[in-house]
Amino acid sequence: MKNEYIPQLSTVREVIKHTALEYTFRMEFDHAEIVKPGQFFEISLPKYGEAPISVSGIGADTVDFTIRRVGKVTNEIFENYVGDKLFIRGPYGNGFDIENYKGKELVVIAGGTGLSPIKGVVDYFAAHTDENISTTLIAGFKDPDSVLFRDDFKFWKENINVIQSVDRAPEDYTGPVGMVTKYIPDLKFTDISNASFICVGPPIMIKFVVKAILELGVKEEQIWVSHERKMCCGLGKCGHCRVGSTYICLDGPVFNYVDGKKLID
Amino acid sequence: MGYQFTKAEANALFQQWKERYDVYAPMLMKGEGCFSDTDIVRYGQPDTLEDIEWAKKSDYSFKEVLLSINQTLFYFTEDKTIVPNPPKKEILIFLRACDMHALTRLDDVYLKNGFEDIYYRQVREMTHFVLMGCTQSCETGFCVSMGTNKADTYDGYVKLDGETVLMDLPMAELAEGAKAEELAVTPDYVTENFEKVTLPKNLTNECFTDDIWKEFGSRCIACGRCNFACPTCTCYTMQDIFYNDNPKNGERRRVWASCQVDGYTVIAGGYDCRKNQSDRMRFKVLHKISDHEKRFGHTMCVGCGRCEAICPEYISYITLINRLAEKEG
Repeated sequence: MKNEYIPQLSTVREVIKHTALEYTFRMEFDHAEIVKPGQFFEISLPKYGEAPISVSGIGADTVDFTIRRVGKVTNEIFENYVGDKLFIRGPYGNGFDIENYKGKELVVIAGGTGLSPIKGVVDYFAAHTDENISTTLIAGFKDPDSVLFRDDFKFWKENINVIQSVDRAPEDYTGPVGMVTKYIPDLKFTDISNASFICVGPPIMIKFVVKAILELGVKEEQIWVSHERKMCCGLGKCGHCRVGSTYICLDGPVFNYVDGKKLID
Repeated sequence: MGYQFTKAEANALFQQWKERYDVYAPMLMKGEGCFSDTDIVRYGQPDTLEDIEWAKKSDYSFKEVLLSINQTLFYFTEDKTIVPNPPKKEILIFLRACDMHALTRLDDVYLKNGFEDIYYRQVREMTHFVLMGCTQSCETGFCVSMGTNKADTYDGYVKLDGETVLMDLPMAELAEGAKAEELAVTPDYVTENFEKVTLPKNLTNECFTDDIWKEFGSRCIACGRCNFACPTCTCYTMQDIFYNDNPKNGERRRVWASCQVDGYTVIAGGYDCRKNQSDRMRFKVLHKISDHEKRFGHTMCVGCGRCEAICPEYISYITLINRLAEKEG
């Protein structure tokens, strides 16, 4: 019987620095083909503990983790990575099912590091533009210095519709400024009943984004959300992520809004 | 097969059990209660049948035998992990009917919710259960209301009855070498409790905004004793520790966690999705009487009444549930 708690050592292949607080760690993983966007791993440094981190990219034999330096574990990962190894176990959770969005007018709305779990879906449709009708990404960041995945944005802008906005900016900034919700009423669709929406970000953002989407006249089942919770095990045991009868780590973190709206902490 | 023994014969058999098993049973610990000059009943390793506390319900449950309060999952040495050895000796646990039912709730979470937990599986397979009957209801239990007053999946049943001891020993290993009069023995169980509970049956998310949660939750001091006394609470938090003498070596542990205590839902960055005690109270109570049932088909609560008895603020879980049912009409 497999001991699911034992992590495997994984070498840091590459580190991509987006901002002072957010790096992407490209980690070796032999079974990358089984990983889906929106799934997560428990990443740990002995002595500092484990943290659940979303997969932000999937390579041939690597998985990417975009880590924001906000806690005890992530602080230490930022200090101790060079040429080093981290312990990882996973993937856990359901992840996004690409099939749900094929043939659709897809709108992805992400705030800050919320872009990580959904990045695999955006990457897929930017590379396979013939597999859906259109893809629009609305990505919001705090300020121009907080923008993540700058190189990826260049590729996305060539292939899909991209609105990259910042909440606030210095006066000389020329890009879009404003909350992501600002752009939702102006979205254009050929057939809005064939649209799909994905929203990932902090709880307060999800709340207002979903409200704005529903005001377009969209049905709840056309919306998907991904939730973030404290998770100590990722295995449905530790209890921290449970909401009602739902274990976010097992049943989520990705939910159709029909189910997602019932999740009240 | 049922047996009637003298006390001496029964204790001789008990000594055989002790050679074969690590035996855990509720024991009265004099002066070890939470307050000065108070006693407590909790699990220990008795030397004789008389060391076992037969009259009073244990304040803390048997679960700490299967799930230790802090358990080492593995040791680190630089880049290697070493898993501790599973227990070598088989285990025998004395417990009451409510706790036999609680065991199925532990199984739900550790064996049936996603991956099987290997640590729980190992100790569970090595553990056998001896039922202690109840001739009268305990003060706070409401097992009859919960349908957990009878248990029939025991490996053994033992009853001290004056100078004789009655046993039912369905597990052949327990009966090995038993020389005594054979007769039919059926476990004692209660058919009425002092406390009666009616479960609300149509709970929806609408009850979340009810003032009842504030009324009961505002008195909670977030000590977590209800969770630790509960035989069905299973939550834990991961903890890494490193040795002072050799900071390159350490271990990863899991330690019991309480959904009533600060930090339970705090994620990196400081966001807390359940900040106040009213919401935490609601989260706990609904899990016990409704949410677990939606997932596994039976309520998590087994009506042992330990949380009712142990709360330092005298918050009555029983009253809370009955009030919820009353509101439904």
